[in-house]
Amino acid sequence: MNIHEYQGKEVLKQYGVVVPSGKVAFTVDEAVEAAEALGTPVVVVKAQIHAGGRGKAGGVKVAKGLDEVRAYASEILGKVLVTHQTGPEGKEVKRLLIEEGCDIKKEYYVGVVVDRASGAVVMMASEEGGTEIEEVAEHSPEKIFKEIVDPAVGLQPYQARKLAYSINIPTELVNKAVKFMIALYTAFVEKDCSIAEINPLVVTGDGNVIALDAKLNFDSNALYRHKDIVALRDLEEEDEKEIEASKFDLSYIALDGNIGCMVNGAGLAMATMDIIKYYGGDPANFLDVGGGATTEKVTEAFKIILSDEKVKGIFVNIFGGIMRCDVIANGVVEAAKQIELDRPLVVRLEGTNVELGKKILNESGLNIVAADSMADGAQKIVALVK
Amino acid sequence: MSILVDKNTKVITQGITGATGLFHAKGALDYGTQMVGGVTPGKGGTNVEITLENGEVVSLPVFNTVAEAKAATGATASVIYVPPPFAADAIMEAVDAGMDLAICITEGIPVLDMVKVKRYMEGRDTVLIGPNCPGVITPDECKIGIMPGYIHVKGHVGVVSRSGTLTYEAVHQLSTRGIGQSSAVGIGGDPVKGSEFIDILSRFNDDPDTYAVIMIGEIGGTAEEEAAEWVKANMTKPVVGFIGGATAPPGKRMGHAGAIISGGKGTAAEKISTLEACGIKVSPTPSEMGSTLVSVLEERGLLEKCITRQA
Repeated sequence: MNIHEYQGKEVLKQYGVVVPSGKVAFTVDEAVEAAEALGTPVVVVKAQIHAGGRGKAGGVKVAKGLDEVRAYASEILGKVLVTHQTGPEGKEVKRLLIEEGCDIKKEYYVGVVVDRASGAVVMMASEEGGTEIEEVAEHSPEKIFKEIVDPAVGLQPYQARKLAYSINIPTELVNKAVKFMIALYTAFVEKDCSIAEINPLVVTGDGNVIALDAKLNFDSNALYRHKDIVALRDLEEEDEKEIEASKFDLSYIALDGNIGCMVNGAGLAMATMDIIKYYGGDPANFLDVGGGATTEKVTEAFKIILSDEKVKGIFVNIFGGIMRCDVIANGVVEAAKQIELDRPLVVRLEGTNVELGKKILNESGLNIVAADSMADGAQKIVALVK
Repeated sequence: MSILVDKNTKVITQGITGATGLFHAKGALDYGTQMVGGVTPGKGGTNVEITLENGEVVSLPVFNTVAEAKAATGATASVIYVPPPFAADAIMEAVDAGMDLAICITEGIPVLDMVKVKRYMEGRDTVLIGPNCPGVITPDECKIGIMPGYIHVKGHVGVVSRSGTLTYEAVHQLSTRGIGQSSAVGIGGDPVKGSEFIDILSRFNDDPDTYAVIMIGEIGGTAEEEAAEWVKANMTKPVVGFIGGATAPPGKRMGHAGAIISGGKGTAAEKISTLEACGIKVSPTPSEMGSTLVSVLEERGLLEKCITRQA
C-alpha cells in the first residue's frame, strides 16, 4: 500500500526522523493559511500524488511570499501531472503539501528495502541524491553502499556510520546522520514497510540532516496489525475496479488492452496475459479468482471485467485442482445469465471433473466458445475481438 | 527415488483442526500419504476422525505442540496450514522440534516475519518449503499440500516452480504425454522464503531417478538468473524453463508478493536471456512447457526412458 509524502513524513516523525515543518492543504485557501502559519520566507508547494517524478512534471514549486503560494497552489491543484510513474493518462492533484523551505547544502539518497537475496532488510545510501536511484544503480553502481541488517539486533550504529562515511556526510554531521538512519530503520520494521526511500536526504546550511522527500510503501500482508496505516489509504489514488475487486478477495490489476481475463492462480493469470499477447492480443487485466472460487466470486469477477468499456471479449482460463470444474462452469453460467453477457466468451477448463464442466457449459444455451488448451483459448479470443 | 518426500515419509499437519488443514489432511490420506497426526494448541489429547473417499475412517491424534507430535508419531515432516498472523511462529516451532522438512502452504505472511524466520533457521537443519506454495508431491507415494494428486504420473522428470497453478499446468502437459514426474515442488511466490530454485535443482541433480527438470519462474527478483548460472556450472541433467509475466507492467504486484518488477530489475526478458545463455531452453508460451521438454529429451535421447505411462 502507498501513502502520500506528507503522510509518510508524519509517520517518520514519530520515530525521530527529522522532516521539514509542513501541512497538507486541499484547497488554495488552506494552502495560503498553512504557509502563513509556517511563517518562513520560503515555502515549497508540493503536489501530493502516489507517483514519483513530480518535480520534473511541474508539481513542485518554491514560493517566496503568500501571493506566490496562492498562485502556485491554484496552478497545481486540479492539474493532471504526467510523470514516468503515472502512465500517459497522468494523475490529478487533489492535495498539496505546504512546507518550509530549507537551505540545502547537499543532497543524498537513503533507502530501506527487503532484499530477497539475503532474506534480510538492507539499507542503501548514495551520494547521488535527488536523481533516480535506478539510474545510479545502472550507471555507477559503485556509488551505492549497502548494509545488510541482522534482524536479531537491528541496524547497528557502526553500520550507519559506515554508510555515512561512505557517502561523505560532513564529519560533524555523521552522528546526526546515524541517528536519522537508525530512526528510519526502526520506522521501517515497526510499521512493516516494504520500501522506505528518502530521496533526497539533505544536509542544511544550519547543520541539520533532514528528509526532504519520503516515499513509504507498506507490506499489504501486514496491514492487519497497522490500523493507523490503513487509515492513511487514499482510495482516489487507486483504480476503482481494483478497489471493488479487493472487496471480494479477488486480485485484479487493470491494464490497457481489450481482452478481459479470469484465471485461477497468480502464476497462471500472468502466463495467460503472456499467451494472449503472444498470439497478437492485448490483455485488459490481470485477475486471479483464487483457489476457492464460488459462483458469487465468479459473478463479481465478471462484473468487474465488463465494467471496463475497453473489454471486447473475455477469456476464462481455469485449472481446477481442488476447485472442481463443474463448480466453476456453474459459476460462469450463472454469472453470464445474471449480467446478460453481451461480449464473446472463451472458456478453457482443465482439471477435476472437466467433462462435467464442459457439459454444463455446452448445455447452458449460452454463446460460450470452448477451448482445449491455453494456446487454443488464447487464439480463439484474439480472433473474436479482432 | 525422488526428492524430499517418499512413501516412508511420516507427516503431521499444523493447524489440523482448521477447515483448510482438515480438508487437505484428508486429501493427503486419500492419496496414500502417511499422515500420522496433527497439532493445534489447546486441542492436544483429542482426535480428528477423517472419512476417506473409500469409506475408511482414520482417526488422527492431535497434539498441543510439534515436539509432542514428533515424539509420539515419529513424523519427520510437517505441513503448515496456520493463518498468516501465526504462521511464522508455526514454522519456527517445527524447526525447533527438529523436523527434517517443514512445508508452509499459508499465503499472506508478512515479509518481515519471514525475515525473522530465515534468521532463526540459520544453523538449523530443517528444510523449509514455502510459504505461499502448493507443497511437494512424489507421485504414487506422498502428497503434502494442496495440489490435485490425480494429474501426476510417477516417473523421471522433476518440476520446480514459484507458482502453484502453473506447476499443475506443467505436470498436466507432461502426464498427458505419458511423461511421469519424480517429484514436483512448489517453492512459493513470496520474496523471502525457505528453499530457493538452487536448493531444489541440486536435489534433483543428486537424485538418480530424475533425468530432466522443468523450472518455472516468474518476474521479480533474480532467483532464476542465479539458478541458471548454477545449472550451467553444476547440473548434469537437462533443464527447460518458463518465465511468467513477460507482459506484466513494472511496479505492479502480480498477485504473488514476489512477482513485481521493481527498479527495472526482474523482468521476464532479462531472465529468459540469462536462462538461454546458460543452456536452458525456455518455452515461448505456457502452453509449450511439455512440448519444449519433449524436444530436449529427444535431442538427448532420453524421451523413451522418460515415458512412464502409455498415453
